[in-house]
Amino acid sequence: MSKTFLRITAALLASTMLVTGASAETVRWARSSDALTLDPHSQNQGVTHNFAHHIYETLVNREVDGSLSPRLATEWATKEGEPNVWVFTLREGVTFHNGNPFTAEDVVFSLDRARSEKSNMRQLHADVASVVAVDDLTVEVHMNGPSPLYPNNLTNTFIMDKEWSEENNVTEVQDYAAGEDNYAVRNTNGTGPYILAEREPDVRSRLTVFEGHWADAPAVTEIVFLPITENATRIAALLSGEVDFVQDVPVQDIERLQSTDGITVTTGAENRSIYFAYRMDDAPLRSSNVTDVNPFQNPLVREAIHLAVDRDAIQRVVMRGQSVPTGIVVPPFVNGWTEELDAYPATDVARARELMAEAGYPDGFTVTLDTPNNRYVNDEAISQALVNFLGQIGIQVTLASRPVAQHSPLITANETDFYMLGWGVPTFDSAYNFNDLIHSKEGSYGAYNGGLYSNPEVDAMIESLGTEVDLDVRNATIAAIWEIIQAERMVLPIHNQVLAYATRGNLEVAVHPENQPLLNTVTISD
Amino acid sequence: MLVFILRRLAQSVVVMLAVALIAFLIFRYVGDPIASMVGQDTRLEDMERMRQELGLNDPFYVQFWTFITNAVQGNFGISYRLQLPVTQLIFDRLPATLELALVSVILALFIGVGLGIFTALRRKSFGAGLIMSLSLVGVSLPTFLIGIGLIYIFAVELQWLPSFGRGETVQIAPWWRSGFFTQSGLRSLILPAITLSLFQMTLIMRLVRSEMLEVLRQDYIRFARARGLPERAINFRHALKNTLVPVITITGLQLGSIIAFAVVTETVFQWPGVGSLFINSVQVVDVPVMAAYLMFIALVFVMINLVVDILYYLVDPRLRIGARAGA
Repeated sequence: MSKTFLRITAALLASTMLVTGASAETVRWARSSDALTLDPHSQNQGVTHNFAHHIYETLVNREVDGSLSPRLATEWATKEGEPNVWVFTLREGVTFHNGNPFTAEDVVFSLDRARSEKSNMRQLHADVASVVAVDDLTVEVHMNGPSPLYPNNLTNTFIMDKEWSEENNVTEVQDYAAGEDNYAVRNTNGTGPYILAEREPDVRSRLTVFEGHWADAPAVTEIVFLPITENATRIAALLSGEVDFVQDVPVQDIERLQSTDGITVTTGAENRSIYFAYRMDDAPLRSSNVTDVNPFQNPLVREAIHLAVDRDAIQRVVMRGQSVPTGIVVPPFVNGWTEELDAYPATDVARARELMAEAGYPDGFTVTLDTPNNRYVNDEAISQALVNFLGQIGIQVTLASRPVAQHSPLITANETDFYMLGWGVPTFDSAYNFNDLIHSKEGSYGAYNGGLYSNPEVDAMIESLGTEVDLDVRNATIAAIWEIIQAERMVLPIHNQVLAYATRGNLEVAVHPENQPLLNTVTISD
Repeated sequence: MLVFILRRLAQSVVVMLAVALIAFLIFRYVGDPIASMVGQDTRLEDMERMRQELGLNDPFYVQFWTFITNAVQGNFGISYRLQLPVTQLIFDRLPATLELALVSVILALFIGVGLGIFTALRRKSFGAGLIMSLSLVGVSLPTFLIGIGLIYIFAVELQWLPSFGRGETVQIAPWWRSGFFTQSGLRSLILPAITLSLFQMTLIMRLVRSEMLEVLRQDYIRFARARGLPERAINFRHALKNTLVPVITITGLQLGSIIAFAVVTETVFQWPGVGSLFINSVQVVDVPVMAAYLMFIALVFVMINLVVDILYYLVDPRLRIGARAGA
């Protein structure tokens, strides 16, 4: 009798404690666009990954300081004596939302799915030869050659449940070209801290806390995710108290929000640099009045442009202080960045004019600058500023402004003389930048080397980075490559973008360099 | 009669095909859908493979033929952006647009007619003058600004009404989620409905006013007045009835444009209708959704015009004689 009574009291106590312990903290989170799909391997896109990180988990995690930390893998290292093999030790006691245990089989299945032909994640796993489960909690990834930085490629590759995927016929990534619809596009089963409770694409999604998650219970127990496309409406929703956390805060609104009671704006560096690049091959420019040679091939011209640009003015006027002017096309947390490389000269128009005259263009020349107008923060305005700076040294620039969907094909198809591009470095290593922007355009290299710069010596150095296991040698090569790029002024770096998050009340969200804040790590002060 | 309808139907099909063709011609210049479908580090050969798979490398007439044959079967493909079937996406979003359009038309009709009568009957009063000048502001300010202004006043400053979205919705039929049955749903409707109806409202008001002034000058009104009928009966029974015929025609025709031009209002208020779906699709060159939306809007206009023509045919005997003589 008394035992039953005790048990009931205990149960009652426990239940009331549960109620207070899990006092629902809902965060209404608005950003400018929705996740594209729930299928974690179908799209390689930031917003989609960010949303997925709350439901699914990766083997390794990217921290807000840019470093890697354990997530579903607790340890990783190359195998003794076999630099081509990465060994991942998996976390014990992890379960999926449907109760299935998480094992090495799921990792093998997911990595194979992510590198399958229909997956947009496959380029990150291009060097993988095979994935093998050694035992329940150990996975070996065999690479085609030594790949010292492979774990960096895993921060957005999510682990799915093999059994669930087989049951629901989603072992393959959706083939939308064939007009197929897919269960995984609309349903989820991850190991992440939240369960998808409700989803209406473009309208709202609701996530509730997953009680069975392996980590400590998060402060935020419910997330309502609200895509609001229009900048003014998104900010209005924050001001009126309808949302608690706003991403993609327009720079012109930061000051106003900072001065509003109850609203905090946190800014931090984004992993994205804005730069301009030139056509560098032998053919004359298409859009110039100089028709016999390519003036951008002349290092003096590039030096003159470098000196004519007032990066501080761009930061002050165009970006309203919300950018970090830079002399190199990678942000500080990327391997290979140094303070010396980052330095940029004071603007010197007189010297720039002299250089132009020395180069044989005392009266300058004309050229068309291609710029996107809906991709980066104030992209078109930055290009307009550049037009003015170059006008001062005689280079008459015609601005051709297009939406990114029309701008980026110009670069990949080599149809531009002079263009703006923003570049993020998801691997946090300079090699990523070199591979796509600097290496000659051939094979899988140089996809965005729209200026067709080509230097066999540099190419060989870049290729060596992919397989060099001695990190000191590798870093020396990176430094040497940067030396050449900077000395030749191959590109014109402007600044690194800054991200701003605005929150209401006592919500504290740290700025993530890849713009992927995790709400289960958010703190709520009293 | 049957011949007339069949002929009009055939014309409608030609119009739809023309819209599809023009839309397809335009899509070639809106940009590369692949660019917004892939990450920055996607290999060029992978992009080329996707382009091949999606049939973007096919000659224009092949793409167009594939589109038409699929569209006839109600299949508009899979959205590049959201990877869901386009037909389903449009039908999911349609209720929101239709509800917004309906409320806007009702608002425009009732307030527009009411203000029109008022300004016609009391055309020298201060109130009428004020309404007329305000209506000028209403037609000249862009919808976007009006929407943002309303949000600023009623959502941010006064905090009376929500600034975005549709509020809570209730499933009333398998294909219809309605916002009419919840408080938050109704509250969310107010600002976008006002924004969307403002232009139509001023249009109807001005139309009613001028028609009414015209009618009031007619002989039969003067006779009625001479017979000593009460002012009320003259204004509302005799004058208003004759005023409303053109108003009803115009309102019917405007319903189509309200649905079509809800795009701006839906964008400003993040209203989850087909208009905002269209805008989001344009930004990333989601051709299947853009094509389906344009076809849908064309269909709305074609249907409305078809109904209007048939109604005219039934109402106006002169058309029937003409048709018979022509046949």
